[in-house]
Amino acid sequence: MLEGLLLGIQTAFSIQNLLMVVGGCLIGTFIGMLPGLGPMSIIAIMIPVAISMGDPSAALILLAGVYYGAIFGGSTSSILLNAPGVAGTVASSFDGYPMAKKGQAGKALTVAAIASFCGGSIGALLLMIFAPALSSVALLFHSSEYFALMVVGLSAIAAFAGAGQVTKALMMTILGLILATVGEGALFNMPRFTMGLMDLQSGFGFITLAMAMFALPEALFLVLKPRSSNSAEAGEIKDLRISRQEAKAIAPVIGRQSIQGFFIGVLPGAGATIASFLGYAVERNIATKKEQDEFGNGSIKGLAAPETANNAACTGSFVPLLTLGIPGSGTTAILLGALIALNVTPGPRLMIDDPQIFWAVIISMYIGNLILLVLNLPLIPYIAKVLQIPRNYLIPFILFFTLMGAYIGQNNATELLMLVGFGICATAFKFANYPLAPLLIGFILGGMLEDNFSRSMQLYDGVAFMWERPMTLGLLLIAVGLVILPSYRAHRASRLSAKQ
Amino acid sequence: MALDRWIALILLGICLVYGYTAWFTMDSSLAPFMKRNPIWPSTFPKVLSVLGIVASTIILLGFEKSDDKPGEIDYRRLGDYHLGQALLLLVLMVAYALFLRPAGFLFSTAGFLILGSYILGERKWHLMIPIAIVATFIVWYLVQEVLGIFLRPLPTMLGG
Repeated sequence: MLEGLLLGIQTAFSIQNLLMVVGGCLIGTFIGMLPGLGPMSIIAIMIPVAISMGDPSAALILLAGVYYGAIFGGSTSSILLNAPGVAGTVASSFDGYPMAKKGQAGKALTVAAIASFCGGSIGALLLMIFAPALSSVALLFHSSEYFALMVVGLSAIAAFAGAGQVTKALMMTILGLILATVGEGALFNMPRFTMGLMDLQSGFGFITLAMAMFALPEALFLVLKPRSSNSAEAGEIKDLRISRQEAKAIAPVIGRQSIQGFFIGVLPGAGATIASFLGYAVERNIATKKEQDEFGNGSIKGLAAPETANNAACTGSFVPLLTLGIPGSGTTAILLGALIALNVTPGPRLMIDDPQIFWAVIISMYIGNLILLVLNLPLIPYIAKVLQIPRNYLIPFILFFTLMGAYIGQNNATELLMLVGFGICATAFKFANYPLAPLLIGFILGGMLEDNFSRSMQLYDGVAFMWERPMTLGLLLIAVGLVILPSYRAHRASRLSAKQ
Repeated sequence: MALDRWIALILLGICLVYGYTAWFTMDSSLAPFMKRNPIWPSTFPKVLSVLGIVASTIILLGFEKSDDKPGEIDYRRLGDYHLGQALLLLVLMVAYALFLRPAGFLFSTAGFLILGSYILGERKWHLMIPIAIVATFIVWYLVQEVLGIFLRPLPTMLGG
């Protein structure tokens, strides 16, 4: 292993590969900021460039850099414009955008950059140590465990329900799950609830729904009630400083979420989205009552948790790819395609046959994370200045990027009409204090939940898998705990306050 | 009745229609061999329809106590805000969706950005027009020429 590691360091630190990391991170960050272009599309676009280089190590290092850069770029549009372009950065907008609204855009971007760096770096360390052993554990996960994992992800909705909002959050989750059933499912191969419309054959687009739920209502609220510009806020926008107290508060969050996010990322199919939602829910559940109230209103912990978890999960997703040749997500599936095109076969023998590729990719993950931090920190004041653009120019641009995000993904103008329709509904929900995040969580997880539930039902000829498989049962119990714990704590707090 | 209950009423209607489709119409077109499976395409929707009906009824009947304080914007006083601008921008977005293909990306996007600023009260034409044109061209160049995602630049009659 040590010999392979040294070979990897030597390969990763060659001038050509260092340039690949820098280039990949920069390209990924800037294109990732455009809503609608997630890591998967950017990597797909970069594949011809990577393959034309002919060197598998350099190609994979370039694509890994693009991957990390795109995740960070996506967080930037989530935080500044409340426009999450990919599912993995949705949770970052829950507290990142309120921070930006409070005039702390610079600080929010700094927290995101540091949390991403730590999540990615700790993830790379864990990848180095556990990769061979974890690959066999990942294979123990069957469809029933995946179903239970999705239930754990859905239980995160309890974290978004404020006082008197539990049923509303549940209703929104059900609505998200209902929307996910529209279209032709992978398992049943028959159209459902399409009303005979061809445009609904493949279901609703994630980007369309994400833009409609977050970016469009926010832009409409800005139009309805213009925010008064405040000179103190304007000065603070560029301020990157994190106080010692804040650093102390987020350090344990980063530690916990790096580990949790990495292990969730290892599971094929789980990925950054579940890791970020679960990270947010777990941190909210273990926070003190006062800190819990801050979640959703610009909590620094609420931003650090999903940012760390999604980056650690991205690193974790390389475990099944490199050690088993199984792509755990759409993005790693594209990377697998690139590797095969370069005559490299990922799998258990990759570490033995091509150690320089295996270890160079891991080492370049460290370098990529460091370069992302070094490149992005000085750029943050300029990126944050987006919020100082006059409203009369900023709002049309937000609306335009919202529309473009939905259009680029599907190349279908009907998506734009759906976006406006859903946006009007989301604005009405917002007026009536219905939380919007659970709807999107339900929609994202709905398809996977139904597919895995159906597979388990077919395999076990009923629902007995829920108690017959210990891992499934354990995960379902965790989900129940995640739902009950906040309600129990709220009930106990209200009893205590009533006594006083 | 408060807005959240009106919304719950609409959601209840949606769940009833969804449930009717799942319970009474979906299974009729199912192939006989699929009927032997423990799970059908309608199983999950059936469960969701029941849950949706229960949750929307709880909100509608007000079983869960929630504080009725207005949010960031009080919908009861919408007239006090810039409602006209918001509605005009929504109409502009619909128009953009309808004109994007026939008018081409460059014309429709530049028009959208200029009219959007105009609706919001901007009258500095010497800034609005160049900013919109330059931004439109940069986005088109980046998306089509650099990333290779096709965006028809001009109307069909101009050879776009």
